Amino acid sequence: MPIQAEENVENRSNAEHGVIISTRDVNVYYGDNHALHGVSLDINKHQVTSLIGPSGCGKSTYLRCLNRMNDTVDSCRVTGEILLDGVDIYGPSVDEVLLRARVGMVFQKPNPFPKSIYDNVAYGPRIHGLADNKDDLDEIVLTSLEKAGLIKEVQDRLHSSGTGLSGGQQQRLCIARALAVRPDIILMDEPCSALDPIATAKVEELIDELKENYTIIIVTHSMQQAARISQRTAFFHLGEIVETGDTEKLFTSPTDKRTQGYITGRFG
Amino acid sequence: MSFYPLLIVLLLMSAVGYWFGSKKALNTVRKSTNFITPRPHQFGLYVVIWALVPPVILSAIWGMLQVAPLQIEAGTLRQIDQVVFPVLLLLATGAGLYFAILRINPDLRVRRTIEGLVYVILILASIISILTTVGIVLSLLFETIQFFGKVPMSEFFFGLNWSPQTALRADQVGSSGAFGSVPLFTGTLLITFIAMCVAVPLGLLSAVYMTEYASSKFRAVVKPLLEILAGIPTVVYGFFAALTVGVFFRDLGDSLGIDVVSESALAAGVVMGMMIIPFVSSLSDDIIMAVPQSLRDGSYGLGATKSETIRKVILPAALPGIVGAVLLAVSRAIGETMIVVMAAGFAANLTANPLQAVTTVTVQIVGLLVGDQEFDSAKTLAAFALALVLFIVTLCLNVIALMVVRKYREEYD
Amino acid sequence: MTDQAQKAVGNGWQSEKYIKNLAKRKRSERRFRLTGLLAILTALTLLAILLFSIVSKGYSAFVQTTITLDITFTESVIDPNGKMDPAELRTANYAKLVQDALREKFPDVKGRRDLRKLFSLVSNDADSALREMVENDPDLIGKTVSVDLIAGDDVDMLNKGYIDRDAVEDDRRVKDQELVWLDKLEADGDIKMRFNSGFFTNGDSREPEKAGIAGAMVGSFYTIIVTMLISFPIGVMTAIYLEEFATKNKLTDLIEVNINNLAAVPSIVFGLLGLAIFLNFAHLPRSAPVVGGLTLALMTLPTIIIAARAAIRAVPDSIRQAALGLGASKQQAAFHHILPLSMPGILTGTIIGLSQALGETAPLLMIGMVAFIADIPGGFTDPATVMPVQIFLWADSPERAFVEKTSGAIMVLLGFLIILNAFAVVLRKKFERRW
Repeated sequence: MPIQAEENVENRSNAEHGVIISTRDVNVYYGDNHALHGVSLDINKHQVTSLIGPSGCGKSTYLRCLNRMNDTVDSCRVTGEILLDGVDIYGPSVDEVLLRARVGMVFQKPNPFPKSIYDNVAYGPRIHGLADNKDDLDEIVLTSLEKAGLIKEVQDRLHSSGTGLSGGQQQRLCIARALAVRPDIILMDEPCSALDPIATAKVEELIDELKENYTIIIVTHSMQQAARISQRTAFFHLGEIVETGDTEKLFTSPTDKRTQGYITGRFG
Repeated sequence: MSFYPLLIVLLLMSAVGYWFGSKKALNTVRKSTNFITPRPHQFGLYVVIWALVPPVILSAIWGMLQVAPLQIEAGTLRQIDQVVFPVLLLLATGAGLYFAILRINPDLRVRRTIEGLVYVILILASIISILTTVGIVLSLLFETIQFFGKVPMSEFFFGLNWSPQTALRADQVGSSGAFGSVPLFTGTLLITFIAMCVAVPLGLLSAVYMTEYASSKFRAVVKPLLEILAGIPTVVYGFFAALTVGVFFRDLGDSLGIDVVSESALAAGVVMGMMIIPFVSSLSDDIIMAVPQSLRDGSYGLGATKSETIRKVILPAALPGIVGAVLLAVSRAIGETMIVVMAAGFAANLTANPLQAVTTVTVQIVGLLVGDQEFDSAKTLAAFALALVLFIVTLCLNVIALMVVRKYREEYD
Repeated sequence: MTDQAQKAVGNGWQSEKYIKNLAKRKRSERRFRLTGLLAILTALTLLAILLFSIVSKGYSAFVQTTITLDITFTESVIDPNGKMDPAELRTANYAKLVQDALREKFPDVKGRRDLRKLFSLVSNDADSALREMVENDPDLIGKTVSVDLIAGDDVDMLNKGYIDRDAVEDDRRVKDQELVWLDKLEADGDIKMRFNSGFFTNGDSREPEKAGIAGAMVGSFYTIIVTMLISFPIGVMTAIYLEEFATKNKLTDLIEVNINNLAAVPSIVFGLLGLAIFLNFAHLPRSAPVVGGLTLALMTLPTIIIAARAAIRAVPDSIRQAALGLGASKQQAAFHHILPLSMPGILTGTIIGLSQALGETAPLLMIGMVAFIADIPGGFTDPATVMPVQIFLWADSPERAFVEKTSGAIMVLLGFLIILNAFAVVLRKKFERRW
């Protein structure tokens, strides 16, 4: 029932959190496979929005549309409207490099480059030319590591390999790497699925802190995680959005039967 | 009895054995109450094995004895060969047949015998590759040791003067440093270096473009075209190098006022590089493909452009694998023969000037061995010594390269 | 954080500096992409130059210049006794017929040197064509017939435009006097071009105009047959053993490492192995296809093993388990199911290995297949040469006419290779199975 979902969006008025991303009728095709059917969703500034749903429901596909990561897949085609601050990001004037600097991404599996911790974080600022000199760069790297809550653990081994860290540390390194480019929005694609519970808790804590300054969209398998960290939640099913709403409301009194079925564990 | 009649008799005997074995099996098996028994044709095969294995073993032993220096006079030897051996052979076959047919009963595990024999044959086949290596090492080593009996090792490895022809003519084998192989090695290295200067950039950049930029349509057309370069016989490259490229460089040099010989190292090296391009590009292709997508995503996700991702993430990550690929290419270039035989010189010049003619190890091996030679002159033996060095160098390069590549792959598996 | 840093970092994507920087990055992106494309184009251009230079030099090898002369089959020359004795007919001086015909055509040529020059317009092999005609049809004796005779190689080169008529006489193989004769023949319409069938039916020859590749083709055929008969079964058996039966132990490790290394041993080393083992130790005949085939088989073996192993490995385990689950033995599973399913892949690998062997030269030089052999080999133990070696030999010959022959032979060899590889591609496309 997408219509109802849309009403939900419009009914929500939130003065302090303006809409930063607005998507209308997004369709995604992989070759002949129609992966996403007319998805419409608004994302509010400085909030955590979680996308939940059974696997294969299109939530990751949707996420990868928001910074045009789907462009790297040859057979992929995206239609519809995705507005970032009112500008269509698939429009001809938008540069995907610029877009991705502004909309950062953290992936399912921690993917540090096989370089030192320092070089991992410095990679983004370097390619974008964000630092004028070595001191600036140091500053950016240290601040980013600090924001990612990793600084204490890696302070004295900034120049050892990023792949030598533990899984949780690697993921926080990837978050620090994304922060170093100074994005407005951070997309997270199941950032905790490869981590143990303790590491997960740390990353969740970090996400909660980050929302003060960043808009975060997170895809997650775990409903508990969505409930813990997000303010808004969208439920995807078979390539459609079934229901969107405040997290608390969606989990306590879902309007759609399918949502109810999913959160009570009848499928998924 | 000579070979063919003997063979025909043997085959006839085993055919009879097969027919008899399967027939007898059919009768006994039918009477048997056992539910699952071997099939009649398996019994037939069982009999054939018993008929053929003894004569094959006998022949092998006889063959080995013939190669070994036996102290038997010729007449006796011929008698044994013509009479005693065939009779023994037929007797063994007959005994095998009789024994096998006698043993046939439904409970006999014939499959085990058949499969055991197949297993032995498979192992023997696999061992041939080891025997090849052993054969290479032994034959090269044997002649090389003889060579170093005539020419001192220090001279071969450190001598700067290579002229085996004059050494023979003046009847002064092994004297005055005529077998100093240093110029051959420097020549080989020079041509290899030029080849790598052509092949590595072109091959690597092609692979990068193919894997990261090209559409699947472009790939489907261009990749097989590049592979054609790998399928062209080396003798064709040699002809091309000698008649087209060498002449081209010479004329170019003439028009620029530079002295370029038509057998320049440059011509041979460039054409060899051309031959190696697809080798480098397909190896690098595999290696770049093996860099996990997550690293690419990580870089794109930060807003890196494609070329930034390639230069700063993919190539550094793939570097060990690419180094391995280049080592394999170097080993290929060092061992390449026809291009240099046809397009490089025969005279051993100690020079690093690519516009001059140099000679290589492989050119000298061919030069020393083609034509009729006495087999124990220092000149022919030198070819084996050179080949042994060539074999060891390429072997080391390959072992190192394969180790590097394997380690690289494990890292991303 | 310093002020400057803050300015550079904060809201990076809106700052003018960032936009300028982005333009620079875009340019470098385009440059890099162009470099990659250029590399591919360079490689393809080199290939095009190679093929063009071969074809432009070689296409003319397939045609041949002939000179038409009125030959009188004089009885007194061929069959002075009038007995029609076959032995006598065979040994008669047919060359004299050609010389008489030329004399008649150019009655004013006198003097030994001039006459010899005149006679050399026609190939000195022309008499054998006449002998054949008489042997086939003895009635010709006494008659005068117009016959197309193969021209000498210099005339052929001139006619094909490889010799520059306007060059200084001293630098020219065909002198002014000969040009005058040829122009007369040309004016009479006696000089013709025809398909050079001899190129495909003759053996090697010292005379370029009658050299052909039939001997080398037959030699290559015998050699490849030996190579295939040995390397295919042994290669497949090794692959099956390693993939299906071998337990992981020192021996199998050794075999594995060994095969990988053998695949990279320079081909010339295999030639030395063949020389030492097959010729000096086993005393097999020199220059024979059987030795060449054996040597190439050892060289091709690793290629076939590696391809066959990959093909066998591609068969999914479920097939194996299904067979074993029905009570098939391990060997039955391997030979009844795995092997047939992997056969297309194995055959493709084998064809590629054999096409490498077909183009291989260096090891064969070591075992004496480089000798000049004019006869077409009749079996596996006759002296023979193979196509790549023939190309090597011709490439070394000084006569200008052999350049064309070499290129022509290369075209034929490449033709065979293309057919083989196309066959492999079709095989792969047709039977390729995606599990």
